[in-house]
Amino acid sequence: MAGDELKLLGAWASPWVSRVQIALHLKGLNYEYVEEDLDNKSDLLLESNPVHKKVPVLIHDGKPICESLVIVQYIDEAFASTGPSLLPVDPYERAIARFWAAFIDDKLLVPWKQAFSGKTEEEKDQGRKQLLAAVETLEGGLMECSKGKPLFGGDSVGYLDVVLGGLLSWLHGTEALCGVELFDAGRTPLLSAWAERFGALDAAKAVLPDVGKLVEFAKMRRAQLAAAEAAAAAAAAKKN
Amino acid sequence: MAEKGVKVFGMWASPMAIRVEWALRLKGVDYEYIDEDLANKSDALLRYNPVTKKVPVLVHDGKPIAESTVIVEYVDEAWKDGYPIMPADPYERAQARFWARFAEDKCNAALYPVFTTTGDTQSEVVREAQRCLKTLETALEGKKFFGGDAVGYLDLVVGWYAHWLPVVEEASGATVVTDEELPLLKAWFDRFLAIDVVRATLPDRDRLLALNKARREQLLAA
Repeated sequence: MAGDELKLLGAWASPWVSRVQIALHLKGLNYEYVEEDLDNKSDLLLESNPVHKKVPVLIHDGKPICESLVIVQYIDEAFASTGPSLLPVDPYERAIARFWAAFIDDKLLVPWKQAFSGKTEEEKDQGRKQLLAAVETLEGGLMECSKGKPLFGGDSVGYLDVVLGGLLSWLHGTEALCGVELFDAGRTPLLSAWAERFGALDAAKAVLPDVGKLVEFAKMRRAQLAAAEAAAAAAAAKKN
Repeated sequence: MAEKGVKVFGMWASPMAIRVEWALRLKGVDYEYIDEDLANKSDALLRYNPVTKKVPVLVHDGKPIAESTVIVEYVDEAWKDGYPIMPADPYERAQARFWARFAEDKCNAALYPVFTTTGDTQSEVVREAQRCLKTLETALEGKKFFGGDAVGYLDLVVGWYAHWLPVVEEASGATVVTDEELPLLKAWFDRFLAIDVVRATLPDRDRLLALNKARREQLLAA
């Protein structure tokens, strides 16, 4: 249909991009995908997201939308009559979904990063503890949202499934990258079952990157950044 | 018997709590306001928001919602026939949400150091904060309010700057929002503060200043 051109600027390893791709897939929307080299960003990316210069950026009929949670909600609203609804209909349930989405981005990911790339073992350990505590809290959130059904959205995939699901390859890589297993069937049975179920969805299989490839890439990136920081510190020390 | 009505758990100096009050008042919704002592949180607050234990929390007919920006969207949807808070167009909504996130994540983080530093360090962080606010200001170009001709979601999310920033500036001995650096934002401050529901709810300026001065002294002494 004319006037519904969709272009997604992304990067294969980015879980934020995966969120958007999963949403587009679930809605059955066609789009052009542009893989960005994040070390050499395209003019289009820099023009479309001048504030953050980051992926994902969804460009709809030439108009850019940035920030993964904003984009997913936009897709749900702009294409309300196409495919399933991602957010629930009821305002209270929508608020609960948005609350847990904010929780995932604020309380889960911050300690995850610390556990992954903390400067000292102590820092990493603190990150691990906070991460596990956050996951246990999220288990309660899943219980609240799913009401005994398999997904956050109940019987069907919803907004919150997309928000957490986009991260799934990274979450599966947590043991290799952060030294702690995220979804333990004993500690968080609902989330463990959810991870299996979400991972089996067509959209997940089509979009999510291979965990092994991702872990290798993340380790390389972490080493690169650590080396760059060490070099900068050495240069600064020489000056003084 | 089922709990009926609207309650807001807040704190008199909290910019996050006031957003919720503005949203409810724009919709003409009556509510009971519970002022929390954050050093001694009530059992009710902890029961209604066990996850983050923070204010604000909105309780609507016994059902709690936390996170101020989530609450504001909820208020707009639950009382959808009242004053329109979110823009109608999906693209405009995306823009409003984008800028709200930018203000909350980047601008607030850039402003905080102004409060906790002195001297040359402070001058540097002031410039950084101004750069951030200048970016936010672009969302105001050609408009009376971030929401257009009338206040909307983004105005409610950043509106606290209009009352709190001058107080923070005075407590910190710094100036961030000036006519030269941020003319659009400064003009918007005046328009926003003139809004009825805003004027009816603002915390006492002297009390807010005293609180901020004391807090800054504490932080600098540490």
